Amino acid sequence: MFPEELSLPLGKWVNRFVDWLVVNYGDGFSAFADSLLILLVWLEQILRGTPWWLVVLTLIAIGFHASRSWKIAAGLGIAMIAIGSLGLWDKAMQTLALMIVATSLSVAIGIPVGIVMALSNRLRAVMLPVLDTMQTMPSFVYLIPALMLFGLGKVPAILATVIYAAPPVMRLTDLGIRLVDREVLEASRSFGASRGQILWGVQLPLALPNIMAGINQTTMMAISMVVIASMIGARGLGEQVLIGIQRLDVGAGMEAGIAIVLLAVVFDRIGQSYGKRAQRSKPAGDGA
Amino acid sequence: MSYLEIRNIYKIFGPHPQRALEMAMAGDDKDSILAKTGHTVGLSNVSLSVERGETFVVMGLSGSGKSTLIRHLNRLIDPTSGEVLFDGTDILSMSIPDLNTFRRAKLGMVFQRFGLLPHRTVLENVAYGLEIQRINRTIRHQRARNWITRVGLGGYEDSFPDQLSGGMQQRVGLARALTTDPEVLLMDEAFSALDPLIRADMQDELMALQTELHKTIVFITHDLDEALKLGDRIAILKDGMLVQVGRPEDIILSPVDDYVRAFTRDVNRSRVLRARSLMTPLSLPCGQAVDAIWPQVQSDMRLEDILPVALATNGSIAVMDQHEQPVGILTRQQVIDAISV
Repeated sequence: MFPEELSLPLGKWVNRFVDWLVVNYGDGFSAFADSLLILLVWLEQILRGTPWWLVVLTLIAIGFHASRSWKIAAGLGIAMIAIGSLGLWDKAMQTLALMIVATSLSVAIGIPVGIVMALSNRLRAVMLPVLDTMQTMPSFVYLIPALMLFGLGKVPAILATVIYAAPPVMRLTDLGIRLVDREVLEASRSFGASRGQILWGVQLPLALPNIMAGINQTTMMAISMVVIASMIGARGLGEQVLIGIQRLDVGAGMEAGIAIVLLAVVFDRIGQSYGKRAQRSKPAGDGA
Repeated sequence: MSYLEIRNIYKIFGPHPQRALEMAMAGDDKDSILAKTGHTVGLSNVSLSVERGETFVVMGLSGSGKSTLIRHLNRLIDPTSGEVLFDGTDILSMSIPDLNTFRRAKLGMVFQRFGLLPHRTVLENVAYGLEIQRINRTIRHQRARNWITRVGLGGYEDSFPDQLSGGMQQRVGLARALTTDPEVLLMDEAFSALDPLIRADMQDELMALQTELHKTIVFITHDLDEALKLGDRIAILKDGMLVQVGRPEDIILSPVDDYVRAFTRDVNRSRVLRARSLMTPLSLPCGQAVDAIWPQVQSDMRLEDILPVALATNGSIAVMDQHEQPVGILTRQQVIDAISV
């Protein structure tokens, strides 16, 4: 037996801390949750209210803009129509809204954090284990306190998704900036560029291919969270998978699973195409 | 005081340089300091002065500290101890914004692997220095175009660096450094990555530009031939320490130690030595009067050009200065001896 004296009541402390948060800051958390919810519901209504063919055409247009290839654009259209044919269009739009909000939030937090990590070795040393924890900690562990703070529904689902999905974009932003050629940086400094001029004019543009890869991975991880998110009340395709499992309806589960994969493929192709364009010598902003 | 002055620079690489610095100041060598403290000595007690308008070459093998040295001149690297003076101003005491202003106004730098911005066109790369200075777009593009044409890249304004050959990329690098019209040009092994023919071209071009522009150039190289060709004066570095400073002829004719002598052994002496460094000056008591029938050479003529004259005569050669006044005497035997050493 492990000696009693060495045991650490970490669980108790965490419980007390969460209770304290709920009692003292519950209102603040719900105000934050409400604003996030308003954004999500608004986006969801737009996506569900738009005629299906317009959504498909828009995605085809984005796909073509990203890849400049009719093949990829047409493939994306077919994938979206297939989701509709499975009878899951409405659910897919709910998932899409959740994903867009979660991914945007991850990127909005992730890129600045990644930049700071690249500029400070000390912060990087602190952040790396935190990122490892975010990615490996079973999501239910933080879903439950999130439920206590934000209540059941979409908001804790978004937050859980952000915790799980933000690390790749942080890591790859950091990596991309660190991989910028030392001589190019020296050249920039030797001409008297300030830190801001170096960051915006040299480091970020040259890190862009890596940052795009990070955004792509973040999007993929956000999609993979939809099933778990549905367990705490986020609707959408994940809910359909969950229902399939609960009713032992293998077919329904499979349909929803395929729809999730198709959605992932659509976003992966778009993300990768933008990433490839960023890698070319032309600036990504060019010809937009 | 010289235009550019470096005084007693020490540079120790590592997290706690103090002890290693004390050892270096006490005269311990690089290897024993590394063994005892784990710190690398980059530069040890280097003092140099560069005059305005001079091409000053720092030569050394890899690891000699030459690239570290040039980076002290624009503070890409700060010394562990020592002073760097620019026209009498101590640049080490400058704040970061002042330093940036100083870099923008006075310095241009050219890099071994070019250091071009891969996501920008040739034109945008060349205009980069002016962009940093927030000069408006029309003016900076106009000046950049001028320099692009000057270095022979007209027509490539909209190409990207990776579409150009190494030699052309370095022309972009050179144009970029010149576009801000700096007083000082720092060139860190600027031609070392180029193949020999292109390198010789670029050297000629730099010399041609220099006769017109009269910049102060600090040029780093590992190639003694290049150093002798370009340099008004040459400093030789070894293991972070200065071995010898002098004019090309001084280095060839009186190397201070075996290290420098080993370098100079393979040098084509006839290209480096000039009439003035070999002749017997007329001012010396043993000198004799110049005879009008002797063949004449200019005092800055290279040995390779004097050789045919020397072989065609049996007696002496008169050495003339730029005012066509005789300043010294060369004999056929002196010329042959100088080549055959």
